[in-house]
Order: sequence, then structure tokens, then C-alpha cells
Amino acid sequence: MTRMTSTMRVKWCILRTSIEERLVYRADFAFATLVRFLPIVTQVFLWGAVYDATGPDDTKVINGYTFGDMVAYSLLVMVSRAFSSMPGLTTGIARDIRDGAVKKFLIQPIDLLDYLFWHRVAHKLVYYAVAFFPFVFVFWLCRDYFHAWPDSITFAGGLVSLLLAFVVGFLIESLMGLCAFWFLEVSSLVFVYMMLSYFLSGHMLPLDWLPEPYARGIQMLPFKYLAFVPAGILLGKYDHAQLMIELLQGFLWVIVLFALNRIALSRGLRRYSAYGG
Amino acid sequence: MAIIEVHQLAKHYQVFRKNAGWSASIAGLFHREYNTVRAVKEVSFQIERGEMVAFLGPNGAGKTTTLKLLSGLIYPTSGTATVLGYIPWQRYNAYRKRFALVMGQKNQLWWDLPAQESFILHREIYDIEPVPFQRRLDELTDLLEVRQLIKQPVRELSLGERMRMELIASLLHSPEVLLLDEPTIGLDVVSQRKVQGFLRHYQAEQQMTVLLTSHYMKDVEALCRRAIIINEGEIKHDGPLADIVDRFSSVKQIHLQFAGNEIPVDLERYGKVIDQVPPRVKLEVPRQELPAILAALLDRYAIEDVGVQERPLEDAIAQLFSQKSSDQ
Repeated sequence: MTRMTSTMRVKWCILRTSIEERLVYRADFAFATLVRFLPIVTQVFLWGAVYDATGPDDTKVINGYTFGDMVAYSLLVMVSRAFSSMPGLTTGIARDIRDGAVKKFLIQPIDLLDYLFWHRVAHKLVYYAVAFFPFVFVFWLCRDYFHAWPDSITFAGGLVSLLLAFVVGFLIESLMGLCAFWFLEVSSLVFVYMMLSYFLSGHMLPLDWLPEPYARGIQMLPFKYLAFVPAGILLGKYDHAQLMIELLQGFLWVIVLFALNRIALSRGLRRYSAYGG
Repeated sequence: MAIIEVHQLAKHYQVFRKNAGWSASIAGLFHREYNTVRAVKEVSFQIERGEMVAFLGPNGAGKTTTLKLLSGLIYPTSGTATVLGYIPWQRYNAYRKRFALVMGQKNQLWWDLPAQESFILHREIYDIEPVPFQRRLDELTDLLEVRQLIKQPVRELSLGERMRMELIASLLHSPEVLLLDEPTIGLDVVSQRKVQGFLRHYQAEQQMTVLLTSHYMKDVEALCRRAIIINEGEIKHDGPLADIVDRFSSVKQIHLQFAGNEIPVDLERYGKVIDQVPPRVKLEVPRQELPAILAALLDRYAIEDVGVQERPLEDAIAQLFSQKSSDQ
């Protein structure tokens, strides 16, 4: 019990200190947060051109989505990506491995992944605090594109799926970062991942637009939890039974990715420790 | 009982060898050649509780590799080591809470935050009770004269101030073993002396076991009585620091001040003139011939002042390193 309390105190302290660190560069942070809303404007115009739409009530349907559905989907994907994207995580881990900063996690009684996780939670909390009102404003502007407020189970499932998006996003990107124990430089890996995840997460297009058997294959990967699943749940595209199955599969992916992270960290540290100098 | 026991410890690692030129770079994509570097070659030593030992050697001698082995950062190729009864590379938290490694200028502090935020995080990581934590923090900040600075962002501190903060962060959990790798590297004389004075006082008070590497012989002379000298991965000397000069220096220095403003021109017959600012001269003479040469000088010249000194420690060590390297 005492040990658990102590462990929780460490996590809380990392979280608190990371929040304080995040608040140091206020202007840069606020600017970066607000600039992230710009792509949604271009996406709305892009889909408007694709649908040749004139307004929210445009009734042209492509693959089951009206123009309004696409705008709603894009907005919810933006929210999902705010949870699942981890700017700088992979490259930060690689940098720490290259320049030796990772040593402190070998010397001090602290776990690298635990530290990175709570550090990232802190970054996200500060981001949401700053971005909350801009998000509310954008959703209010686009309120006509949403048909109805989801029922309470769907809404709760949506919130869980957003947390899942965060954890899956963190575990995928930390796993890539840990690859630096072998490759040292992972910027190409990050570039490939960003391109693939843009497509495979449903950020570029809803995954149910894809033809079979590609759609089924892609839906078996964990990337859909980064954007497509949370957006689909909040749009009411899953009934309650499907929602539970999706969330359960997501948790299974979390377990798999967590195990892979642990293996990579353990073997990576062993490999790292094999060098001298 | 020995706190640090090292037996036949060796560390070899492979380094990529690349020839110059872009054709070699392309060839390296398909086939790479590696050299095996024997950084530490089966070294053995013991350090007792409360000892402060200098670990000396030229660059690439194996000092830092040995410290990395003892702190559990790297695995050995062969041999054994225990620190406080633990095998370091097993990385038990129980061990990690009882030692500290300070690598000169390696930052364990949060760059953008005041140092006190890092100290509070250390308190939680090392599970230090608030009262002893505050007592130690007050003591350390007073001793290192940085109490007023702990609320200032680390990035705004000078190098010397940052180094002192690093020391505080490393000592807050009262480690029983402190591994110091170049703690005064890059510091000005004032900061060096502050760090030296602090380490001497704190080690004596806490009876910590300290293994110190430094290229500054002033650090070593100020802090350590025993020295282990390592070169090319092998231990060349393990014993009192004072013995190094006796053992490895075959000369002594005579400092002379002649009457009047001139110095004799034939002093080379007595020894090697290493410095002269009339009327003062420094002569280096063979150790065994010192009494005879001194008597001859005093007999022949009008000398106002005379002093005999050992050769500086760094000269003796430099000679030792160069001798051993050229012997290979």
C-alpha cells in the first residue's frame, strides 16, 4: 500500500512538473495550439469542392456520407488526433538515446516508459486546457453538420475511445522511438509512419470508403483507433454491441503494444549497455 | 569490509571502422568492418567504506567505462563487481537508491524550470521523507552557496552554478557511494575550489565512499589520499597518492634565489634549468644526487633563498602515461 502510494506520488510529481515545464513557453505554445485548427478549414473547403456542396443541407451522398457528414467526420477526426498524435515523442526518445540522456533512467529508480507517459499526459492536458474553447467555438460554428447528440452509452464509449486513441498513439510512437536503440536515427521511420497513419487511421478518408478486402485488412490494424474509431463512435456509426467489440479490440491492441514496448525497452537497454566509452 | 569490490572486470566493445570518402560510405551500406576495443582489461581493486579514491588516467584509459560498469549503465564482458553488496548491472532499485553518479555537465535537471522543481521530483523518485529532504536541501544549498538560486530557471544559471545544482540533486538521497566523473570539468578556478571544498567537507562528514575521476590534479590532491591509475584498460598503480611522485618521478626540483640580479651561466652542469626569472631559477636534478648538488650550489654561489620540492603530481603522472604509451 505504501509502495503504491509512493509510486502514485512519483507519477503525480512527473505530471505536475511536466505541466509547469509546458507552461514556460506560453506564447509559442498558444500559437502552436491555435495554428493546428487551420487544416480543418482547408479540409472543409476541399470536401466542399469534392461534393460541389453549397451548404449543410446539401444532400449529395458519397459512400454513405453527405457533405455535412464529412465535415462532422473531419471535425471528430481532428479531436481524435488531438488525443492520438504525439508530436516529438519518437524523435525525442531517439535523441535521448543518441546523446545519452537516457542514462538517467538506468541510474535512477524510475521507469523510462512510465516517465514518458506521464510527461505526455501533462502535455496533452495543457493542450486541451488551451484548445478547449477554440474547439467549442469551431463545433458551434459547424453545429448544423451534426444530426443529433449521441446517446449516453455511445457518448461514454466515445470518451473511452478517445482515451484509447491517446494510449495507442503513445504506445506506437514510443515503440518507434525505442527502435533508436538499434538504428539511432529514426526520422525516416517517423516520416513513413506519418504518411501511413494519415491514411490508415482514417484521417485522410473514412476507412469504410475503402473497397474490400483492403478495408477489412486495414481495420485489423491498430491505426484505426487513432482517428476512425473515435470519430465513428461519436457519429453514431456503431450500435452498442459493435461499440463494445471495437473497444475490446482496442484494449487488446493496448496490451500487445505495451508488451512490445516492454520487450523493446528491455532488449534496447541491454543492447545500449553493450556499448562502452 | 570493502564497499566496492572489483575482480577481473573487463569490458570490450566493437566500434565501426570507416574509411574516408563517399565510396567507403556506400561500401559501408553493404559491409561494415568493426574493431574490438578493449576498454577495460581485467581490472581488480577494492575500496573500503568512507574512502575517497582518485581514479586517474589519460583520455580513453578506461576510467569512465569503469564508472559506467560500477553504476550499472553497461554490462561487463567478463569479471565481477559488487557495490554495497549489489551487482550494479542488475539495476535493482534498492541499489539505485543508495548510490549516485555525477558525470560532469550531464544534465539531470529540468532545463526550463528552477532547480527546486527537479529537487522535489528527486524527493519523490527516491522516496525521501519531507523533513530530512528539507534539512538536506538547506544544508547542501548553504554549503554550495546556491540557496538564492534554486528558484531561478536552470538555463539561466552559470556553468559552475549548474554543476553545484547537479551535485545537490545527486546527494539529496544521501548516497552511500558517489561516483564522480570529472565534476569540475569546464569550471573556473573559483567554482572548482567551491566544489572541491564542498566535496572534502561533505565526504568527511557523511563518510561516503567516493570514486573520483578528474584530469585536474588540483582536485585530486585536494581530495584524495589514494589513487588508482589506469591506462589502456589496465591498472598501473593502486596506492597512496604521495607514492606516485616517489615511484614514478626520478627527479626533484630545486628553487634558488641568487644574491644580486643575475644568475650564473653554468647552472646546466648541475641539472636541467626548467624556469628562470633573474635572480630566481628552477632546476630539475636527479633525485639520488640532490644532497651533493645542493651542497655544491650552496658552496659555490651566493644564494639568498633555497627550496626543494617534489615534481608536481601532474608532471609525474604525465611522464608515467607517456612512458607507458611509448613502451607499448
